[in-house]
Amino acid sequence: MSLGPHLLLALMEGTVAAFVLALTALGLTLVFGVMRIVNVAHGEFFMLGAVFAWAFAHLVGNPALGFLVAVIASPIVVGGAALVIDRAILRRFNYQPEATIVATIGLLYIIQQLVLIFYGPDARSVEAPINFRVQLPWFGYSGYKLVVAGIAALLLLATWYGIAKTKLGLVMRATQFDSETAQAFGIPVDRVYAAVFALGAMLAAIAGVLIVPIKQAYYLMGLDPLLLSFIVVIIGGLGSLRGAIIAAFVIGISDGVISVFFSPNLSKILATLLVALVLIFRPEGLFGGKAR
Amino acid sequence: MDRHRSLAFHGGALALLFLLQFVLPPYHHTNFTSIMVLATYGIGYNILIGYTGLLSLGHAMFFAAGLYAAGLTVHYFNIDPISAFILGAAAALAFATAVGLVALRTTGVSFMIVTMMFAQACFLLILYFNQVTRGDEGLVLSGAARQIGGLSLTNPTFRYNLALALFTGALVLCYILIRSRVGRVLVAIRENEERVKMLGYHTFRYKLLALALSGLLSGAAGASYALMFGYVGATFASIEYSIFALLWVLLGGAGTVLGPIIGALLMFYLVEWTSEVTQSYRIVVGAALVLLTLFFPKGILGTLREKRLRWLP
Amino acid sequence: MSFLETKALSRRFGGLTAVDTVDFRLEAGEIRAVIGPNGAGKTTLVSMICGRLAPSDGTILFDGTEITHLPPWERVARGIVYTFQITSVFRNLSCFENVALAAQRALTLGKAPWHTVDSSALASSVTDALARVHLHERSDTPAANLPYGHQRLLEVAMSLALKPKLLVLDEPTQGLSEAEITDFCSLVREIAADATILLIEHNMDVVMELAERITVMSNGAILAEGTPAEITANAAVQQAYLGA
Repeated sequence: MSLGPHLLLALMEGTVAAFVLALTALGLTLVFGVMRIVNVAHGEFFMLGAVFAWAFAHLVGNPALGFLVAVIASPIVVGGAALVIDRAILRRFNYQPEATIVATIGLLYIIQQLVLIFYGPDARSVEAPINFRVQLPWFGYSGYKLVVAGIAALLLLATWYGIAKTKLGLVMRATQFDSETAQAFGIPVDRVYAAVFALGAMLAAIAGVLIVPIKQAYYLMGLDPLLLSFIVVIIGGLGSLRGAIIAAFVIGISDGVISVFFSPNLSKILATLLVALVLIFRPEGLFGGKAR
Repeated sequence: MDRHRSLAFHGGALALLFLLQFVLPPYHHTNFTSIMVLATYGIGYNILIGYTGLLSLGHAMFFAAGLYAAGLTVHYFNIDPISAFILGAAAALAFATAVGLVALRTTGVSFMIVTMMFAQACFLLILYFNQVTRGDEGLVLSGAARQIGGLSLTNPTFRYNLALALFTGALVLCYILIRSRVGRVLVAIRENEERVKMLGYHTFRYKLLALALSGLLSGAAGASYALMFGYVGATFASIEYSIFALLWVLLGGAGTVLGPIIGALLMFYLVEWTSEVTQSYRIVVGAALVLLTLFFPKGILGTLREKRLRWLP
Repeated sequence: MSFLETKALSRRFGGLTAVDTVDFRLEAGEIRAVIGPNGAGKTTLVSMICGRLAPSDGTILFDGTEITHLPPWERVARGIVYTFQITSVFRNLSCFENVALAAQRALTLGKAPWHTVDSSALASSVTDALARVHLHERSDTPAANLPYGHQRLLEVAMSLALKPKLLVLDEPTQGLSEAEITDFCSLVREIAADATILLIEHNMDVVMELAERITVMSNGAILAEGTPAEITANAAVQQAYLGA
């Protein structure tokens, strides 16, 4: 393949990855934005989404039907797990930022181990629900990947709509702005926190479901999306939804291109250097406000 | 009075470590050697998290900086272990300063994220330069290259006492630091940085100093590990090794001088013991972290200090 | 030329202008009170003077030099010291340690970083500062164990140990008892013997007792300025503030 089509392929791969990354990073930055905590186990929710997707697909048998079940049931299961974690652990120390970091590192290990015990050390693939290829003049492209981009775009829009236009979104923004005043105005801050934490986990889980027909489900697959999400939220500005999405596309697409032409490791190293540059000129990130 | 008690306490701990070498069976003798080196790394980490209140999740990069600077120069240029040690510690010091100049521009949780990210980039760099570092598989340093004045670093007694000397050095440095006026400022930054600024301190410089010292000790530990055990591998740069330091320090008691070695000792044997029973060291590490935050946030020595030993530094 | 002077100083938060083109002058040796209703911009103004907040516009001159963009620690080095409105002593440290932090800064100002501090000089400086607020007997007590009024005094001791030329007191008597307020007033007068004092205060008795001049702020601007008698007589002030 000559350079032009090769580059086009890399760009397409990068864009699909960017959509998935945007979903994952959106979950992370949403949780930080409202609750002021960083969930280090966020990548494990991604991994759980993928693993449950395999389980559901396996249970159902038919690829298309299995995928349909997985895309709905996986996030629900993972969201439920997030609710339990919120109640049993995070709320107990009142979402203290450092304690949350330490506890979620602990959860990262616990979740990995549980998956290792019940699912095993193998990487397992799931058949894509649809099987057509889009034939371009130079190469054929997986139709499923286009579906992934489409679903992710819809979910990003839905999340934006939910936050900007609905009553639930208003309640979330009020809590984000000033949780004490929100509490005084009768907003059940506890429940908002639980809901936001679960929502963040579900976004990661859906991303995991979407990726599993492309990449396989594996118990250590959570680290990469976590680190990429970290890069994205630092560049975009921690807590900024717009920043996260824009940065996800910058990082996702460049990661795709550099990975294809050079190596995936080099691409992550360069992304980290980019973070260093951003920090030197804008410590609060490109779209982050000054810390309040 | 308190000062004497505290000197006696820490001196006693060092004397105990010295005496243990005569009673420990060979297997545990080696374990203790490595625990003392790892605890030095823990002390370095503790200066940052325990005394300055900065939560880093990337300290493995400083440990690895020392490890690789010493290990690679011994392997490729055949330099002597003492020079390699100095080189390793200096490399970590310089590296920590450079990282600090960038990472300390952020505050709070962003600092954690940025350090973790930089550390992962270092880990990937080690893999990327696979031909030099041999990546995951790592390099074994020959015993012949690891001689100091005719004594071999493979000799257990020599190695144990070197590790003890390293640990003692780190402990004394930490002890002096926190009793100094710089240490007083670091603790104040942990408590309320904004107030310290308004007392006329350029807090960035103090945080940079803390990070540099922390990196220096971590790197010295890394260099010693490479020289004493003759192995240099990418695992030591992984996020896991940053998390281990966090766990040791939190378990032993953040902001206590002896906390890191108590934490390192307990975790070492806890992981070892559970590995015999199951394959699941992850669940031990994970459960320990969650339980510590829920029920035991001050760690062992921190809780003791609160309840009984108020004079403990 | 004034000791402290702001020229067209402004600070905006988003759409809100908290301080609006304020020209403020303060002469050396004064005790000046700044009063005004909540949200008048008093704390914002002094925060810009101390360097806690960056101005949106305008300049600040102190002792003849421009300090508009200096970081807070350099202002402390020049003698501008701020005492927090919300008590922010280091709760887990002893009174001695709290004041020692300030005292060692004063002893090392302008010296090289490796300059060592004589520990007896440090101790005597700390004891002096604690004695001035009558806390020298509580030297080893953790700050958190002090009653609230004493914590405020500890704040003042920390400020004194910095040897201020301009001491900014942000609502220092808030939460103090009557008796404590009386003691506090005499303490401020003692301090005023060698420092200029800028005082934000809600308690009008304290203001009338201490201030030589009063600046009244309202809606981010200076509404009036004068001696206590002039301010009491000022109709605009009556309407905007005192009468309200």
